[in-house]
Amino acid sequence: MATNTQHFPKINTDRRAFLLVGLLALVWGILYNNLQPIADWLTYTLLGLSRESAVGQSLNFFIYDVPKILLLLTGMIFLITLAQTFINTERVRAVVEKRGAGVGNVMASLFGAITPFCSCSSVPLFIGFVQAGIPLGITFSFLITSPIMNEVAFVLLLGLFGWQVALMYLVSGVVIGVVAGMILGRLKLERYVEEFVFQVRANRVAVGLIEEKPTWLERFEEAAEKTREIVGKVWLFVIIGIGIGAFIHGFIPEDALTGIMGQDTWWSVPAAVLLGIPLYSNAAGVIPIVSAMLGKGAALGTVLAFMMSVVALSLPEMIILRKVLKPRLIAIFIGVVALSIVVTGYLFNLVV
Amino acid sequence: MLQVKVLGSGCPNCQRLERETRAALDEAGIGYELVKVTEFADIAAYGVMSTPALVMNEEVLSSGRIPKHDQIVSWAHERASA
Repeated sequence: MATNTQHFPKINTDRRAFLLVGLLALVWGILYNNLQPIADWLTYTLLGLSRESAVGQSLNFFIYDVPKILLLLTGMIFLITLAQTFINTERVRAVVEKRGAGVGNVMASLFGAITPFCSCSSVPLFIGFVQAGIPLGITFSFLITSPIMNEVAFVLLLGLFGWQVALMYLVSGVVIGVVAGMILGRLKLERYVEEFVFQVRANRVAVGLIEEKPTWLERFEEAAEKTREIVGKVWLFVIIGIGIGAFIHGFIPEDALTGIMGQDTWWSVPAAVLLGIPLYSNAAGVIPIVSAMLGKGAALGTVLAFMMSVVALSLPEMIILRKVLKPRLIAIFIGVVALSIVVTGYLFNLVV
Repeated sequence: MLQVKVLGSGCPNCQRLERETRAALDEAGIGYELVKVTEFADIAAYGVMSTPALVMNEEVLSSGRIPKHDQIVSWAHERASA
């Protein structure tokens, strides 16, 4: 059956795939644009709650936000994973290889922004970069931006804070990777990389990897699969997070957090970063809570710093990195990244 | 005998690739021997930069994704008969 379909012209199956995706996008758009009226109707008409009551406001916020964020998450993650099907690691490495510090750092960092950080790719990629003779500083630019830029975090920021904040997150993630990578590159840290990384020689050319270009249908399928995987992992945290956020939204007085998380509290940025390091698995749930805090007087820079530290520095990540880096280098890595995030947090508090 | 290797550090996708490969080859009735390669140094020796990767008779056929059932079977057929 499936061997037969390969003989059909690719155009035909691709056209059908586009049609289906287009149709889904249309349904998505209609739903997404009508969530507020639906939420209003449910809370104020069907349940008869008052628009002024804390319960009504919290519930309305929840009923509006949950489907909105889940829709946004599904749609955007699909687009991001679809874009990822176009990235060929070997080709990226070949391009980065030709560049020196500076441009190389920027490219490696951008590449890290779109690649998810996981044990499946980050360590083999690190080794692959080192093998190709790419300087450690450039490799670090990748290694720093990759975990900071988390696609779920990006989408949540987009949905809860707006595109400006999401863009700020993206830009600062890349800048942190470039700057920290260049600093680490200067420090000559090669001796703190596990020896085997330098000894590995790729003795086989990855012949079969020159695969034929995937069809659009295959790209769509792969993106749908990955989307299901990612959304499946975080949706519950997101709902719980929005639930707590909705409670804060309705019941906590405005300005309640100005004192501890406001712009004028100098220690709040480093405190937020420190607090964020041990938190990880709840990154998806933390952002909705944090977004509600923002409405109660917390400063944007503090909130962003907290979020980046939650996403970027975590125990599971350190366990992955330990395979190729010695403890000393991991400590330096955490230090440089944490410091960069703190500086970014202050910068945002100053500017915004 | 077809020599199959699954390269991956033990992440969920690596386990899935192993499961799917076994299922595909068992169903197709192809005799094989499957080895899991979990050490990063050994994985890197294949020049693979994202896992899981599938190797048959020392040839890297896919990396960073889980190939389709039919694709696995047709790769195996090409190599088992040779």
